[in-house]
Amino acid sequence: MKGRILDRVAEATRAHRSVALATDLITGRQLLLDGDTAEGDLTLNDAALARLREAWRSGRNRTIESAGGRIFVEVLTPPMRCFVIGAVHIAQPLSQMLAMADYAVTVIDPRGAFATEARFPGVDLVTEWPDEALERLQPDRGSAVVALTHDPKLDDPALAAALRSDCFYVGALGSRRNHATRCARLKELGFTDDDLARIHGPIGLAIGAVSPAEVAISIAAEMTQILRHGKAAETA
Amino acid sequence: MSDTAEILEQAARWREAGAGVALATVVTTWGSSPRPVGAKLAVDDKGAMLGSVSGGCVEGAVVEEALAVIRDGKPRLLDFGVSDNQAWEVGLACGGKIQIFVERVE
Repeated sequence: MKGRILDRVAEATRAHRSVALATDLITGRQLLLDGDTAEGDLTLNDAALARLREAWRSGRNRTIESAGGRIFVEVLTPPMRCFVIGAVHIAQPLSQMLAMADYAVTVIDPRGAFATEARFPGVDLVTEWPDEALERLQPDRGSAVVALTHDPKLDDPALAAALRSDCFYVGALGSRRNHATRCARLKELGFTDDDLARIHGPIGLAIGAVSPAEVAISIAAEMTQILRHGKAAETA
Repeated sequence: MSDTAEILEQAARWREAGAGVALATVVTTWGSSPRPVGAKLAVDDKGAMLGSVSGGCVEGAVVEEALAVIRDGKPRLLDFGVSDNQAWEVGLACGGKIQIFVERVE
């Protein structure tokens, strides 16, 4: 692999862009597809190029058998992101667990007393209001949004922003009753029942979690389930 | 806990520090295999490694090949099949087969 390709992949990852890398498994020659541009020392015919683009769009790795030999196509996607609203106790173990699971975690809380480096060493902390922060950070289909403050002033705008994005997971801490009143408030903002069904509330898998770390495990587990199995895999 | 981005970053850091570096990538799997296609292992010229291409079953052999790739620059395509526990040979105890591409980072 040329250093130039390695640098281009790193650049795309930082910009939250997926790229597709085609490698000739005999010669090692490579071609990197990044949006409309392709660069490298591997030449592909139109049919193989089309299949490279197809792999990039689908996000799936594959091997292409072409006249010139076997070409391995790998789609390199940026790490998933998780936006945690509320620099609360549960957010502390949750941000560490998600970092271990290769998420890029951002904790958002305008209350300076909570969002401190001492409480969240090494974590990306944002002290803007959640809706402003999410407007800037643009959650996408590789993102999860988790609302943990219990405070409608902070959670609601974040959930509204999350529902307007195509993030793969939205969760909100709170009892069934709190969740029902939250849904009623969001409905007044114009969200439909289908929108509100995207919110996991009460948040997390029902594993009887009690301590903040246990609740964090249940949230991380539910997020993983949705990511890997999709909504259909959920048990009633 | 090392995903592809982190492994490639480490490879870039080793390279910047002047070390020889190789990348091993799972390109094909058959049957049950411990890591999916795309799983990666970065190796430097002293044998330090980050990532994985199996459950630890074939990494030792892959590192040996990676060191050879770092020396001569020729990419290699490695096949590993089911291990024979009696003979202690390198292979996959899970009964799957994998193919691993090893390349030098130039």
